[in-house]
Amino acid sequence: MALKGNLHDFSFTQLLNLIHLARKTGTLAIDGKGSAARVAFREGKLVYATTGGADGRLVGMLIRSGRITPEQGKQIPENKSDRELSAMLVQANLLTKQDLDQMVRNTVKDVVERLFAVTDGIFRFEPNVLPDDRLLADPPINLDNIIMEGTRRLKESEKLQDELPNLEVTLRFTDRPDARLRNVNLSVDEWRVVSYINPKNSIRQIMQANGMSEFQIRKIVYGMLQAGLVELMQPAGGLAALVGARPPTPPVQTFTKEEKRSVVNRLIDRIRKM
Amino acid sequence: MQTVKMVITGPFSAGKTEFIRTISEIDVVSTDRKITTDAERSQKDQTTVAMDFGRITVDDDLVLYLFGTPGQKRFDFMWEILSEGMLGFIVIVDSSRPETFREARSILDTFRGYAATPYVIAANKQDHEDAWQPDDLRIALKIDGAIKVLPCVANDKEAVKSVLLELLYSILDTMDQSAD
Repeated sequence: MALKGNLHDFSFTQLLNLIHLARKTGTLAIDGKGSAARVAFREGKLVYATTGGADGRLVGMLIRSGRITPEQGKQIPENKSDRELSAMLVQANLLTKQDLDQMVRNTVKDVVERLFAVTDGIFRFEPNVLPDDRLLADPPINLDNIIMEGTRRLKESEKLQDELPNLEVTLRFTDRPDARLRNVNLSVDEWRVVSYINPKNSIRQIMQANGMSEFQIRKIVYGMLQAGLVELMQPAGGLAALVGARPPTPPVQTFTKEEKRSVVNRLIDRIRKM
Repeated sequence: MQTVKMVITGPFSAGKTEFIRTISEIDVVSTDRKITTDAERSQKDQTTVAMDFGRITVDDDLVLYLFGTPGQKRFDFMWEILSEGMLGFIVIVDSSRPETFREARSILDTFRGYAATPYVIAANKQDHEDAWQPDDLRIALKIDGAIKVLPCVANDKEAVKSVLLELLYSILDTMDQSAD
């Protein structure tokens, strides 16, 4: 039975945690907006990962790590499997097995670390399916540290969400900026946000206009708020009026402990016989 | 006449009404209404806006009532009222819709806050090809190992009986532990 869902509902960190705890073997396919990836696991440990745009073969890894040039890569026959190529490289003393293992581990970790930023996209975990002809991390990579790092990022995101829960509010520049503003240096992304600050634009609209994620916009706005550069403008009205009166509570029947035990046993007998 | 109640809760369209309908000896008193939002309509045509109400008569002196909560968050003011004096509760989760897991966890936390009564998780729609297995659901929902996460198909009477019985066994276990 495949695990399917959307990262918007079940995050990449949660998926890694599930795979780790359940010691699953298989391949996780992620198809996000502008990002696709395949990540493989053996008994809950990471063995392989590649993104949609990158060549997941050993040749691609060798080129990206600068071990060979793209021209040299083109001379390697396409039908040569990763295992054959790695054996050839080691036999020819061009690379040690340790070099190869380290390169695969670094590549796999890099891919997975980037996937923590993908918060929307379809995922599907195919159990007991591993890439046939790819060089897998040996030994497999323990997910503990990777999950901890992902969790740290997730917590940062949650903290920002707590600090700035409502993206429908608007921003305005502070009327009387104080000394804190004197040495503010803004990044390109911050300038892009600043250019849209206007009481008519909600934070969400600014985010959409700049093609940013909720995490990015929250981080930038939170920084500006802390620097005293901008202020939040709350929408008119409040939530208090939405809270209605509650209907009266019906009387509750109470039992002594022995009565309750008797009731539960009678219920068990009755349901068993149904 | 003694009456006891169990509450059947869970996200919208998880299968609460079906669960009660399968086991109740009376036609379920349901207050289904036409769904008004497109997102909800894509899941089903009608939904429970107040509560479902089923009954199992044990004997001349004892009746079990099953109350199904409305699934949509905007009716959550009903939940606390329904949970008053419950013997235990069942959280029904649609195992094939991970987009509802976060809400299921939130509902579970809310009900745990109302009363320290025993509960079980019913991993419903296990007959669906996309259903997550109960063990995976346990991890996804961060359910403690001491809590039962049970496979369920809400229109299968034996499966529903099994979930109810497991909840009753949990209630007995809790009583035994508190007696120690």
